[in-house]
Amino acid sequence: MNSETTGKAIETTSKASETTGKAIVCKDLSKQFGDFIAVDKISFEVNSGEIYGFLGANGAGKTTAMRMLCGLSYPTGGEATVAGFNVYKQQESIKKNIGYMSQKFSLYENLSIKENIEFYGGVYGLTDQQLQQKGDELIARLGLEKEAKKMVGGLPLGWKQKLAFSVAIIHQPKIVFLDEPTGGVDPVTRRQFWDLIYEASDKGITVFVTTHYMDEAEYCNRISIMVDGRIDALDTPANLKKQYSARTMNEVFYALARGAKRAAD
Amino acid sequence: MKQFLVFVRKEFYHVFRDRRTLLILFGLPIVQILLFGFALTTEIKNAKIVVVDYARDVASQQIITRIAASSYFSIGQSAMTYEEMYKSFREGKVKCALVFPANFNNDLLHSNKAQVQIIADASDPNTARTLTNYLTAIIGSYQDQLNATVTIPYRILPETRMLYNPEMNGSMNFIPGVIALVLMIVCTTLTSVSIVKEKEMGTMEVLLVSPFKPLYVILSKAVPYLALSLINFIIILLMGVFLLHVPIRGNIFLLFAESTLFIISCLSFGLLISGLTNSQQTAMLVSMMGMMLPTILFTGFLFPLENMPVPLQVIANIIPSKWYYSIVKAIMLKGLGFAYVWKETLILIGMTAILLTISLKRFKIRLQ
Amino acid sequence: MRTLKFLLRKEFRQIFRNKALLPILFILPMIQLLIMPLAANFDVKYISIAIVDKDHSTTSQQLISKIGSSGYFHITHFSSSYDQALHSIEKEEADIILEIPAGFERNLVKEGSQKLFLAADAINGIKGGLGSSYLTSVLADFNNEWRIRWVQPQKFNEPADGSSRSAPVTIGIDPVNWFNPHMDYQFFMVPGILVILVTMVGGFIAALNIVKEKEIGTIEQINVTPIKKWEFIAGKLIPFWIIGMFDFTIGLVIARFVYGIIPVGNLGILYLFLSVYLVALLGFGLLISTYSDNQVQAMFVAFFFIMIFILMSGLFTSVDNMPTWARVISRLTPVTYFIEVMRMIVLKGSGFHDIQNQFFIEAAFAIVLNGWAILNYRKTA
Repeated sequence: MNSETTGKAIETTSKASETTGKAIVCKDLSKQFGDFIAVDKISFEVNSGEIYGFLGANGAGKTTAMRMLCGLSYPTGGEATVAGFNVYKQQESIKKNIGYMSQKFSLYENLSIKENIEFYGGVYGLTDQQLQQKGDELIARLGLEKEAKKMVGGLPLGWKQKLAFSVAIIHQPKIVFLDEPTGGVDPVTRRQFWDLIYEASDKGITVFVTTHYMDEAEYCNRISIMVDGRIDALDTPANLKKQYSARTMNEVFYALARGAKRAAD
Repeated sequence: MKQFLVFVRKEFYHVFRDRRTLLILFGLPIVQILLFGFALTTEIKNAKIVVVDYARDVASQQIITRIAASSYFSIGQSAMTYEEMYKSFREGKVKCALVFPANFNNDLLHSNKAQVQIIADASDPNTARTLTNYLTAIIGSYQDQLNATVTIPYRILPETRMLYNPEMNGSMNFIPGVIALVLMIVCTTLTSVSIVKEKEMGTMEVLLVSPFKPLYVILSKAVPYLALSLINFIIILLMGVFLLHVPIRGNIFLLFAESTLFIISCLSFGLLISGLTNSQQTAMLVSMMGMMLPTILFTGFLFPLENMPVPLQVIANIIPSKWYYSIVKAIMLKGLGFAYVWKETLILIGMTAILLTISLKRFKIRLQ
Repeated sequence: MRTLKFLLRKEFRQIFRNKALLPILFILPMIQLLIMPLAANFDVKYISIAIVDKDHSTTSQQLISKIGSSGYFHITHFSSSYDQALHSIEKEEADIILEIPAGFERNLVKEGSQKLFLAADAINGIKGGLGSSYLTSVLADFNNEWRIRWVQPQKFNEPADGSSRSAPVTIGIDPVNWFNPHMDYQFFMVPGILVILVTMVGGFIAALNIVKEKEIGTIEQINVTPIKKWEFIAGKLIPFWIIGMFDFTIGLVIARFVYGIIPVGNLGILYLFLSVYLVALLGFGLLISTYSDNQVQAMFVAFFFIMIFILMSGLFTSVDNMPTWARVISRLTPVTYFIEVMRMIVLKGSGFHDIQNQFFIEAAFAIVLNGWAILNYRKTA
């Protein structure tokens, strides 16, 4: 499994270097709540078409940072652009060009699969024809033809996650933000989920994913690790392992996070 | 027992952490008392009246002066035409009108009889009736003045005594009702919502898996609300006594005991509702929206129960607050003892027992 | 606009799939409309009276039978003493006591006047007051009839200046009741109750709706999409606006066929006002939900305000009777105006000109409340 995925990762990286423009650019981005500095002057860039892993322990500030990039929260310092748009002034433009999958599962449980697709697709501006076409494609890809009219609430968790992801990219956004998308699912489902991520990446969608599963870090082109609101490491998984003389990303993380002051949330 | 107290303490924390709900919890009865005590009254004051005076003579002027002096009325124009008056009624500016025919005084002098017309806006029949009565009384007193020198034989003189409430304090009736209403709604809603919330969030299962009888889990939820409701009760009582001059004529311990019983019956009702609903939203809608109107109506403090059609009176018997209201009136306002309220108390106990049994049974079934 | 279409579709689907909500939206108001007016009645009928007759004379018998047939009273007890009669008041079996003393008939003839004793349970001041005044007027009637039978009306000469009289003067009163000639209390209550029902549906449930999305987390998903603030709010408002209109219409139908209330005025104007009212009310509910974090909070706040609105609206007690400070509060609530307008149009046939003040005030409420809600709703924290 390892060589396969690493091979795929290298392939995507070369694709990424071909496309111009950065998907996300952050400089000294900060978020402060009263005295508490949740995000402490982070700076990084994400290339178009990359799969970028935004790692860190619980409570390190990942979700807060991501919400700023999505236009859900105003930064208190620094600057950032997402898909070329300013996070302070051009939030509505950002929103048109991104997809988002939150930690709390956010499809409507009392609507059917088809109805959820129709809603989110329609809201992002797909025409009726596109809705029909893409909807069918999505359902076929996930193998949910039989369940298409059933309520989403009745699906098992793994299917819900995959569905939420597919809906998040149905409008072919430039970037998709995933907040801990594989929490609580079994390893097989996790693997299938990452297959979907690769397919999205192949289509040119930049994937920005936060997770605290360190093994998923291996699937990404580059990762950063947040500790106590700062970014303490940023590189490809291979380089990081070399740098910290570690065999797995887990060990890398351990080396970095051991000194963390913030307890898990 | 110690474990029970642990649960109770946790519940208290839950309740006290939610500031906004607490505010409303205690603010609600205070606001209600202020409103019922000071703002809401069926006593008429400064009702707008106009006079269409075709006579414009001594007699009509005298009557108009008396009306102007009365605190019940506030005279608009005293010389309108009939059409203008009708328009004022339609615009809702006027509630009542008095029409004097031409030659009013002359008729009184020469034929000892004259006729006036009182027009009332009967879209509110009660006000219309009351205003008509007041006007009639004013005209009657003028008539008496005219007749002062005539002795009328064989007069029956009624002497009236107003029992329990000689000052005609409107709040007397309301306070027991407000107590019943507030306790019923607040208690029921909070209990049902608190239990359903745990169901919804899934923490209920965690509690039930603990080495703890399910009965105690439920009871531990009820205890803080029992305490809060008692505090609420005391606040309302104090406000009633000191702000609105409502007396407590009977035994205060009996009053407390009966109130505790009533609170427990409300809690049981809340339990029942929580057993029947699955979402907080529903629990709340049923407890508040569903219960508010029936409680206001069927307790009997706003609208007398005897006026209602019989089937509704039967329904009223199912509402615990109706019985509690009778009990509070008897103890607080009439100063009566247990001998007078044992029947109602027994009914309340019975209702509570039934409600508790049903809800606990349902709860046990759910677990299986 | 297309976005709005999708929003509405989603909202309607969710509402109609919520099995618990549907009866509350449609059936509960109807049941309440059918039951409440029957119960809500300030009319005092059937006052229970306990009579203590110590005279046992023809006159006292005649008086008692007159009381019994007056239509106001229900003779529940013939007690042998005042204390016994008091007992029945304590047990709530009687509302008023009449004591006819021994020697009543004899003394009335011999001495020309005689006292009777009334004692009324005045805990319910209205009932006590009305009860004693009805009884007094029955007594006065009886007195007049009795006098006429025993005494010939005598004619006296009238003095020229009319200043002192020797014959009694009567001023006859011709009472006329407009707009509700049968003095039907339901005519007064039903329109008001209909307003309250629509208010509860609109206010409570709209308030819960946004908060629910907040609680579940789907609101974050919405905030991340290009859905505009006003589109989101309109999407929440319009379904309940439609439901409110629908409930109101059914209510009017019930009012027509169950209570016989046919609106005298222009229905078009009524519906126009209703539309604006609903927007104001729903705006209020939405405003509350933007300030609340969870459903319990939203519910309590909504309940708190709506209860105040209802009590101060003039539904049960007239606004004019309130002290000044209370009247100000009443004027600051949107419900008050609609109840006024409702009664004016339905019962009096008032036209647009008559209600235009209320209309503009209501429109102002609608704009202010909704504007505030939109401003308060932040897609970005």
